Amino acid sequence: MTTTPQGAPSASAPEATAPQSGSAVPVGAALALGDDALVLSHRLGEWAGHAPVLEEEVALANIALDLLGQARVLLSLVGDEDELAYLREERAFRNVQLVEQPNGDFAHTIARQLYFSTYQELLYGRLAAGDGPFAPLARKAVKEVAYHRDHAEQWTLRLGDGTEESHRRMQTALTALWRCTGELFEPVDGLGLDTAALHEGWLALVSRTVEQAGLTLPTGPRSDGWSAGAGRQGIHTEPFGRMLAEMQHLHRSHPGASW
Amino acid sequence: MTTTAPDTRGCEAVFDAALAADERIEPRDWMPDAYRATLVRQMAQHAHSEIIGMQPEANWITRAPSLRRKAILMAKVQDEAGHGLYLYSAAETLGTGRDELLDKLHSGRQKYSSIFNYPTLTWADVGAIGWLVDGAAITNQVPLCRCSYGPYARAMVRICKEESFHQRQGYELLLTLSRGTEAQHAMAQDAVNRWWWPSLMMFGPPDDESAHSAQSMAWKIKRHSNDELRRRFVDICVPQAESLGLTLPDPDLRWNEESGHHDFGPIDWDEFHEVLRGNGPCNDQRIGQRRRAHEEGAWVREAAAAHARKHGGTAREAQV
Ligand SMILES: [Fe+2]
Ligand SMILES: [Fe+2]
Repeated sequence: MTTTPQGAPSASAPEATAPQSGSAVPVGAALALGDDALVLSHRLGEWAGHAPVLEEEVALANIALDLLGQARVLLSLVGDEDELAYLREERAFRNVQLVEQPNGDFAHTIARQLYFSTYQELLYGRLAAGDGPFAPLARKAVKEVAYHRDHAEQWTLRLGDGTEESHRRMQTALTALWRCTGELFEPVDGLGLDTAALHEGWLALVSRTVEQAGLTLPTGPRSDGWSAGAGRQGIHTEPFGRMLAEMQHLHRSHPGASW
Repeated sequence: MTTTAPDTRGCEAVFDAALAADERIEPRDWMPDAYRATLVRQMAQHAHSEIIGMQPEANWITRAPSLRRKAILMAKVQDEAGHGLYLYSAAETLGTGRDELLDKLHSGRQKYSSIFNYPTLTWADVGAIGWLVDGAAITNQVPLCRCSYGPYARAMVRICKEESFHQRQGYELLLTLSRGTEAQHAMAQDAVNRWWWPSLMMFGPPDDESAHSAQSMAWKIKRHSNDELRRRFVDICVPQAESLGLTLPDPDLRWNEESGHHDFGPIDWDEFHEVLRGNGPCNDQRIGQRRRAHEEGAWVREAAAAHARKHGGTAREAQV
């Protein structure tokens, strides 16, 4: 099932349907950004009812809702949001592997948030400054994402500095997810971004927080071969298939129904 | 309650006069110990219900069948967490902290609403909970906005506003299913069949068996009896079920011209008491998940507290 580059006929719709607006929306880029937001939102939604403290039930849901809102706007630029979310096969998703990583413990979720929200804030900041098709969304979303990054940084500081156990867990999480960060800086067709500069800015921000927290920036491989991940090409991890199975099951069980 | 000391008697007169004049009692005001204890117990049980109530609905977040519904559901579950926060804070104004109350929930010394011990088996259950469970909660809670204890009453004003959103969203979800495919309609009817009777039980035992009612009414914590509120709820639901194109699972349900209310069939109080005793379908699951989340989160809370101590703050500040 995972070897077809496109899913069911309707799943290949983005290439077939013309963008609704007059300006040309680069389909691959809309899917890349939209899928990142959709998938991370789903993972954060899995925390509901399981968070370590009530305030985090609210905070994680806030972030998940922001991301879902972004995903809906982005996917709707190039097709029907529900068809795209629920009827594509795994290989047609364009999100980076970082966002599909299972939640793990709270430290893993925070490390994932730190890496991703820092990237997303810089990315949206650049898109917001331009006049491309993603500029309107980016201008609104960059404020949301600034909050996401602040949330992740605050927790990285607390966990890095808090207790021996929290320090160990946070370091383990940063190291485990490090290999998924290289992929964030591979060029995405249609975004026209200087990914090297994006990476430089990202590295500066993440290093600063990690150092402030008394943690160590990981050094493992992250930009070559498999270590880079290949989500943008539709190559995902095993847990992602299960995530999609759960997410899509009900929708697919009632073809053509409206909800 | 100590009433012999003359100054206490004076205080009590002030308290009674405030109640009689329908004024609010505030945290710094003198109040009888039993009034305080009753409020803490009720607010705690209410707060616990909000956070346990997140579970049956969170059960469907990852499977919500459209992105729009997913956003609505996530926001709803988030609201319930917020309600928990307001209510634990309101209880804190009487000197009982959240940690202590959570301990009591986890050790089974305090309860939460039994309704959440039923499982959400299909997507339609999300709609049925919104329509019936949030609906019953509103019927119960709107009078609490006039409760004599200020912080509780004010928390309830905010909460009731949000609950009425939830109720409308649930109704709209069910309406969509009811008017959808045959399978969707059947799913909606099945959910209503399963949630109707437990919703009626949410109003508590009949008036003649209700342990705390009389005193709570005198203290203006409670404003209407269980049976009165239950009847009001049934009267609201019957026409709504009709508009939904769904039936309520009660052959005895009919309009009574004389009383001006609906008559309804007997409630299975044995089931109610069984669930209350811990033998409902999900009691162990719900409290188990709550305890697990709390235990697995202990290192996070400890880290936040330790970090705050190092930097001169409090643990609670660290968590926000
Ligand atoms: Fe609530
Ligand atoms: Fe609610």
